[in-house]
Amino acid sequence: MITLNVNGETRQYDGDGDMPLLWYLRDLLGLTGTKYSCGKGLCGACTVHLNGEAVRSCVVTMTAAEGAEVTTIEGLSVNGDHPLQIAWAKHDVPQCGYCQPGQIMQAASLLAANPKPSAEQIADAMRGNICRCGTYQRIEQAITSVAGGDA
Amino acid sequence: MSAYEFQPPFARKPLAARTPAAPGFAPVRAVSRRDFLKAGSVLVVGVSLFGCSPGQAPGAAADPAAEAEPPGPWTPDVYVTVAADGTVRIISHRCEMGQGVKTSLPSVVADEMEADWSRVVVEQATGDKKYGDQSTGGSLSIISFYQRMREAGASVRAMLEQAAAQQWGVAVAECRADNHRVVHDPSGRSADFAELVATAATLAVPAVDSLQLKTPDRFRYIGKELQSVDLPDIVQGRAQYGADVVLPGMKYAAIARPPVVLGKVKSYNAERALAVPGVEQVVELPAVEPPVMFKALGGVAVIANNSWAALKARDLLAIEWDDGPNADYDSETFKQQLLETVRQPGEAVRDEGDFDAAAATAAQVLEAEYYAPHLNHMMMEPPAAVANVTADACEIWAPTQDPQSLIPMAAAVTGLPEEKIRVNMTLCGGAFGRKGKGDYVDEAVHLSKAVGAPVKVQWSREDEVRHGYYHTVSAQHFAAALDAEGRVTGWRHRLAYPTIFSIFNPDANSPQTLELGLGALTLPYALDSIRLEKGVAPAKVRIGWLRSVCAIFQGFAINGFTDEIAHARGKDPVDNLLELIGPDRAIDLAAFGMDPTEGHPFETGRLRGVIELAAEKAGWGRAVPAGHGLGIAAQYSFDTYAASVVEVAVAEDGTWSVPRVVMTVDCGQVVNLDRAVTQQEGAAVMGLGFARYGRITAKDGRIQQGNFNDARVVRYGQQPQTEVHFVQNNLPPSGIGEPGVPPFAPALVNAIFAATGKRLRELPIGNRIG
Repeated sequence: MITLNVNGETRQYDGDGDMPLLWYLRDLLGLTGTKYSCGKGLCGACTVHLNGEAVRSCVVTMTAAEGAEVTTIEGLSVNGDHPLQIAWAKHDVPQCGYCQPGQIMQAASLLAANPKPSAEQIADAMRGNICRCGTYQRIEQAITSVAGGDA
Repeated sequence: MSAYEFQPPFARKPLAARTPAAPGFAPVRAVSRRDFLKAGSVLVVGVSLFGCSPGQAPGAAADPAAEAEPPGPWTPDVYVTVAADGTVRIISHRCEMGQGVKTSLPSVVADEMEADWSRVVVEQATGDKKYGDQSTGGSLSIISFYQRMREAGASVRAMLEQAAAQQWGVAVAECRADNHRVVHDPSGRSADFAELVATAATLAVPAVDSLQLKTPDRFRYIGKELQSVDLPDIVQGRAQYGADVVLPGMKYAAIARPPVVLGKVKSYNAERALAVPGVEQVVELPAVEPPVMFKALGGVAVIANNSWAALKARDLLAIEWDDGPNADYDSETFKQQLLETVRQPGEAVRDEGDFDAAAATAAQVLEAEYYAPHLNHMMMEPPAAVANVTADACEIWAPTQDPQSLIPMAAAVTGLPEEKIRVNMTLCGGAFGRKGKGDYVDEAVHLSKAVGAPVKVQWSREDEVRHGYYHTVSAQHFAAALDAEGRVTGWRHRLAYPTIFSIFNPDANSPQTLELGLGALTLPYALDSIRLEKGVAPAKVRIGWLRSVCAIFQGFAINGFTDEIAHARGKDPVDNLLELIGPDRAIDLAAFGMDPTEGHPFETGRLRGVIELAAEKAGWGRAVPAGHGLGIAAQYSFDTYAASVVEVAVAEDGTWSVPRVVMTVDCGQVVNLDRAVTQQEGAAVMGLGFARYGRITAKDGRIQQGNFNDARVVRYGQQPQTEVHFVQNNLPPSGIGEPGVPPFAPALVNAIFAATGKRLRELPIGNRIG
């Protein structure tokens, strides 16, 4: 039996320990805001917070998530009012939107650890999150605005 | 629909031929509240089974008294319903894939009817002929439906004004709608739309030719910036894409498909797969027969109670394949074949003047060969679909660019009549043309029928990279004749590539007019002689349209070679380009066998306009730092004019980046300014990605790439600073989703030449030049 906490609720799981956290969240808990895209930790669409740090949930097994506190996009804020969610709206970042929960979770983890990142630190943090619509310029503006920059 | 009747969306005729099957307006009728809620249920498709669904209008559906509550919602148009409280519901019938159509087209209706956007609810339509064409591609949504949406809005506005006039006993000419109210200026009276619905619902729908459309100076939303209607859901992870749909009792499927197109299963062993906890069944799918169209590819499916079990067990099937006739496909060999083909004369499809004479008397004949490989869409959301086939109905949920195409497909699989097939459209997590091809939906329908339960088919990333529909692979050969004064007297362009039409007709083996028309046939140069020749090339994988289609490689090669001509002539590339384009005139598309879009002539003056604007905004001719270079390219595609000036920075070790790009667009009246800008920003990133990394190759008929590690795309930090400028006018609007892509790669290679003197004629460039 694996015990973990997801968005503030304690959960227990007794299935295949190799199942990636991604599929547990999506198929077993119905938390579909976390997206599947590559399954190999290559694109960041499935990014969640594991004990406060951004991880690719497609490559974190349930065994590895034992005892962890997991936050998904659904648990990032109560009313969608995380400063990054507000900035994402202000800068009209999303196009198709599919990668954006992962982008926001990645950026939130960065800013939680480093509220005033440099452009280079933002790039280092965000390089693993692919957006095929090409919203990077607006992601940059949105993160920079929350980090107190000019954008 | 037979294979040969199907037309890909970029090939469809817009305007008149594309308006709804029942043109004009639906008869006035008051729909019941239940109907109204039923229409709303598609907002939460995940739990909808033909209508009943929780999640919207909380409490209302459960209130039986509401059934009798007068007046009912009023549906004066197939796209518009006004509720008793004045809430306006506007149907978005096209596919939303990030291009913003679900906001843009409804905003056109809202603008014309003077609705307050904060009181508008946008609903995604199901696939239904009553909405007219829903096949979303070819940058056609605005071009095809802008006028129709304006007429819908103007019609509703006219009826609301008429209702007010009737209620007040005044002349309708004295009543005007203004932001969700109708105002009678002489008396100062006004009424909310809610107060007028009951009366308006009794009125006849006005004739289209009686409608007064707003003048552009009165536009409230058109040409302005409107936030996407889905944005709040997207940033909170609540937006629903195909894979997010969950039905009670739903099974999860993963499929092992033939690694070579038209391959078949020889044998497999289900034992180990069935032993995986959660796996319930293994089902073999029928092998696909040509034409492949959008049919399921065949293979073996694992049915499980979660996605992970299905994906894991799928790899344990120990399948032996018969690879079939395409097992000889080898990209290296094929490239040489294509190049050989374009070194020989082909079939002339445009021939003006006498190129051979021009070449014979030329002081110089420039020649060059260009090559571009297969690409695939790499949209973030891999294909996924849910189908629920029962004895008497079939319901589908899918991210689809072409919902109506799924109806006959599902009818054929299930044996059900078409009216028993319902197609719910989720958001697309990227599409770029891929999701106009419903093979993944066909799979879900097959499997739901086979297992007797709702089934979700989830493609892995590797599935999509290896079993997709590929942007074609092309070779092109150019020759330009220059006389002693450096004047260009002749242009010959030979090309060869497998055609998209091969998926509908296996015998189609050379480029078709609709493909050539994306830049090659339409070459707008004023020259004494122009010849375009096409060669033969078989298709060994499924060829599909991808954002900007053939304008990508045709635009790349034409603009690259044009830049070569400039340097051979010792001319500035912008001056050379403008000189070749020549005097302002309309290009006669019909002369090339093309079907010009009504109201959208190809005017070279507008192409000149975007070039001049790009040069001006980019500071063309300015001094740039060492290792930097500027390059320009321009492309007319999808009835829109686009130009790019790319600034490249090349380091001494050959590594390179694009610090800046200026993109200019003339698409007539801009509808949603912010989204029009973001489409160009995205086009720059995608154009850069194609140029830097885009390459899909095959060996032994199998695709060699599998995931983002070897089918690479642009990542954060590589994006150029992108500046977008629109030519300001109120001409009829044309598309903005695709036209920004084609100029990027040629502007880039032209910039690289300016920076380094190295001429690149083959894509992708890779991370290092030289």
